[in-house]
Amino acid sequence: MKRLTLVILAICAVIMLAAAVDLPDWADPASPASTHLSPDFLEQGYGETATPNIVTVVLADYRSYDTMFEAVVVFAAALIVLVVLRHTPRKRRKMLQHRPVREGRDTVLRGAAQLIIPVMQIFALYVVGHGHYSPGGGFQGGVIFGASFILLALCYNLKFTIERFREQAVLVCVAGGVLLYAGVGAVCLAMGWNFLGYAGLAGILGVGEVMARSHGILAVEVGVGITVFSVMMSLYYDLASGGDLDEGL
Amino acid sequence: MDEIFHFIIGKYNYWASLVLLFIGLYGMIAKNNLMKKIIGMVIFQTAILLFFVSIGAKRGATVPIIEFGPDKQPLLEASAYANPLPHVLILTAIVVGVATLGVALAVLQKIQRVHGTIEEDEVLEDQRQ
Repeated sequence: MKRLTLVILAICAVIMLAAAVDLPDWADPASPASTHLSPDFLEQGYGETATPNIVTVVLADYRSYDTMFEAVVVFAAALIVLVVLRHTPRKRRKMLQHRPVREGRDTVLRGAAQLIIPVMQIFALYVVGHGHYSPGGGFQGGVIFGASFILLALCYNLKFTIERFREQAVLVCVAGGVLLYAGVGAVCLAMGWNFLGYAGLAGILGVGEVMARSHGILAVEVGVGITVFSVMMSLYYDLASGGDLDEGL
Repeated sequence: MDEIFHFIIGKYNYWASLVLLFIGLYGMIAKNNLMKKIIGMVIFQTAILLFFVSIGAKRGATVPIIEFGPDKQPLLEASAYANPLPHVLILTAIVVGVATLGVALAVLQKIQRVHGTIEEDEVLEDQRQ
């Protein structure tokens, strides 16, 4: 089996090496990827949306349909994990009660977590809010925010975290983030523009069309951030406890 | 000789992702433990992300965040900034990759629960009985 695998991989390697001959060189400014669409984005992005970070502009404005459905994929993944792991039959569950019960009384761990978690959460909010001007945005900020809660669950225990952030609240956040994203799009639609055409928010916010696009980007980034953060927590809750939400790791 | 040297050095980003690609593919095909297969899948995925993001590099360019001159005017030259598109695509792909990894781990836990093992051949044997 292993020898056969190596043969298959060798054939794939030869094909890929043959293909690599035609690929552009590393960091070639004249490569096809850098000559068609990306100059337009870089030269017009700031003027059209008043947002210096072009990655954010493309993510949340030019390709906002794509990003919305990425959020839906993440949302669907959280639901699938719930369906697969939660509500196991009692009999099976009894078999699996061999996880050691963590008391979580480590003073050093708790002290360090108390110091780090607030800083992490403020940094996460900064990453979301400052995503227009520096590397950052909903995905990154959401992951950092989710990581702060996972750190809490690791340093104390899962029960402690669930008491503070119940599963129902997490699931409301999972759906709420996607809903906020789609809601912004729907408001634009109601104002007579295309779905997710943020210029439609200009009348509501009382700013020009360019600034309205900047604010629209922020709104959907917040939606993405909420979804990603709560999906991280939902995945952790279910995976760490095998779907029982009792003791965790 | 010079051409071959240029071929190897000029495209070294592809070699890095190729090596990772084959490590991941080997893990997915040859390993018997399903957890190791998932790890192989993640390595494979990382190789593709690396390949994609390396396309965005441009010689002499900085991160795709518009800079402002001394007179507060934005500097809008496309050649001064890296290609933003691969960054955008990979940004979303990483998060979706984590989500799918979560689904894979959940399914794995379920397999472990039903069959009592995550070795592929033992699972198949258990299913036949």
